Amino acid sequence: MTAARRGDLRVALLFLLPAGFGFVLFYAWPALQTFYLSFTDYSLLAAPNWVGAQNYRDALGDARFGNALLVTVEYVVINIGVQTVVALLVAVLMHRLTKSSFVRGLLLLPYLIANVVVALVWYNMLDAQLGIVNAVLSWVGIDPVAFFGETSTAIPTIALVNVWRHLGYTALLIFAGLQAIPRSVYEAAAIDGASEWRIFRGVTLPLLRPVLAMVLVLTVVGSFQIFDTVAVTTRGGPVDATRVIYFYIYEKAFQQFDFGYAAALSVVLFAILAGLAVAQLRLLRAGSSDLD
Amino acid sequence: MTTIGTGWRKALGWAVLALLVLITLFPFYWMLRVSLSDNRALAADADSLLPAGLTLGAFERVLGLASLEEARAQGGSGASIDFGRFLLNSVLTSTLITAGQVLFSSMAAYAFARLRWPGRDAVFFVFLTALMIPPIFTALPNFVLMRDLKLLNTYAAIVLPFFFMTPFAVFFMRQFMLGISREVEEAARIDGAGHPRIFFRIILPMSRAPLATLALLAYVTAWNEYFWPLLVGQGEGVRVLTVALGVFRSQTPQGSPDWAGLMAATLLAALPVIALFAAFGRRIVDSIQFSGIK
Repeated sequence: MTAARRGDLRVALLFLLPAGFGFVLFYAWPALQTFYLSFTDYSLLAAPNWVGAQNYRDALGDARFGNALLVTVEYVVINIGVQTVVALLVAVLMHRLTKSSFVRGLLLLPYLIANVVVALVWYNMLDAQLGIVNAVLSWVGIDPVAFFGETSTAIPTIALVNVWRHLGYTALLIFAGLQAIPRSVYEAAAIDGASEWRIFRGVTLPLLRPVLAMVLVLTVVGSFQIFDTVAVTTRGGPVDATRVIYFYIYEKAFQQFDFGYAAALSVVLFAILAGLAVAQLRLLRAGSSDLD
Repeated sequence: MTTIGTGWRKALGWAVLALLVLITLFPFYWMLRVSLSDNRALAADADSLLPAGLTLGAFERVLGLASLEEARAQGGSGASIDFGRFLLNSVLTSTLITAGQVLFSSMAAYAFARLRWPGRDAVFFVFLTALMIPPIFTALPNFVLMRDLKLLNTYAAIVLPFFFMTPFAVFFMRQFMLGISREVEEAARIDGAGHPRIFFRIILPMSRAPLATLALLAYVTAWNEYFWPLLVGQGEGVRVLTVALGVFRSQTPQGSPDWAGLMAATLLAALPVIALFAAFGRRIVDSIQFSGIK
């Protein structure tokens, strides 16, 4: 190794010192600890005892954890399904009609607002007695709906509220992907006399696939971690209707102080997210575009 | 395809877009409308587009400017609340987080982008894997750490995990610094400048635009953070706005919620971000478009 290289190494370590300290102390070490704690009965109050895979066996037989998984999947399917379709529509509309970053900016605004704020505003607007949405529904003769208060509507409601927050963001990412498609491709299709729908199905969508894959991985992984909205509105209820995984783990850890079990559930959640990301990238063959 | 056909199509497209913009903006107006209303008038007049019984009472109430009797008479919960204090806590913690994170992440990015040392790319990859870790995965041990350090309910606990780096910040700055031409540095080195000097006098000034963008994103993210301060910062002295909103909501009586007060507090929490957005919206739009396709 040359002296110059060693010199760079010493400087590099100095420059990395603060970030490295933060990385080890608040990311790497705690991540390893969570793995370790998941094999213990740690309860915050007493020192941890090794219990082997007991927490994982408990999780398998935990009906409420099963329910939490189901509820979360229902949330993700509604949230991501509606969001992706509408965002795709918005992105295509913006691409065809206006390049104005003002319009893109307006649609992005909700994404910058805190989840908690968004949740409370919609909690007011969707209130069964005084909410404006129910007032509008009553004008067309629909009885008031307790959006957050009924087991059948609570999860779809929370899912759609968060579609409102993330729509502009998702549309913006897809829009960026659309701009990367060369004009000549469209012109060729137009000369062939293809209809708008044919062009969309045959040209836009296939060429957009790598971008869609990335967007889906990003949004699905984020969607699985739904917590804030639930925590300030339904708190898991009614009954267990909105007790999503993140909230369930939070309750186990910080209300029942069952840290060992909560750690095991976190590991399971992490495994699910990692598996999903890999599977999605495979399925959508993210690396290759039909442009190549 | 006839011109009339495309004209109609365009009009329909614009109508859909306009409707979506309306749905996007209406809740912001509604927040303002309810916060300027009187709770009793609201109950009688839930669906007028203008504030019901126009008053600033809700803002006085949540800022702790009204006496408890006044607050109760207006339909407040009667608990003493001081969103001025919570606003200050949010400003303080978000500012600290942004300052530390931007500086230290840029330093790390410099080491990853501009220096040559064995193992560099492997270490960078390890940093990046942290992007995949859900916050709850590290939250439990981090909470225990804060408790053991006796830092629960201090600003330090709220700030520390985000103060030194985030994987995104390091990644974002590295991407930019990779693109700076080597010649600039070489010239400075010939003049005898060391690495700290090159970093602070040349690289950082050249990175003004991405630094500003990163600072903006870091500030908004810190401002909106709920989960971590909920765990370590429940105490009234250090409570930030998001946590305070959650507490306010859970204290408000089921039967007759203090909607005006709740929306006034919500608006206070949203206003700084809306202001930042009004000032720097274009920069934010461009940066998300940029980082999204990377």
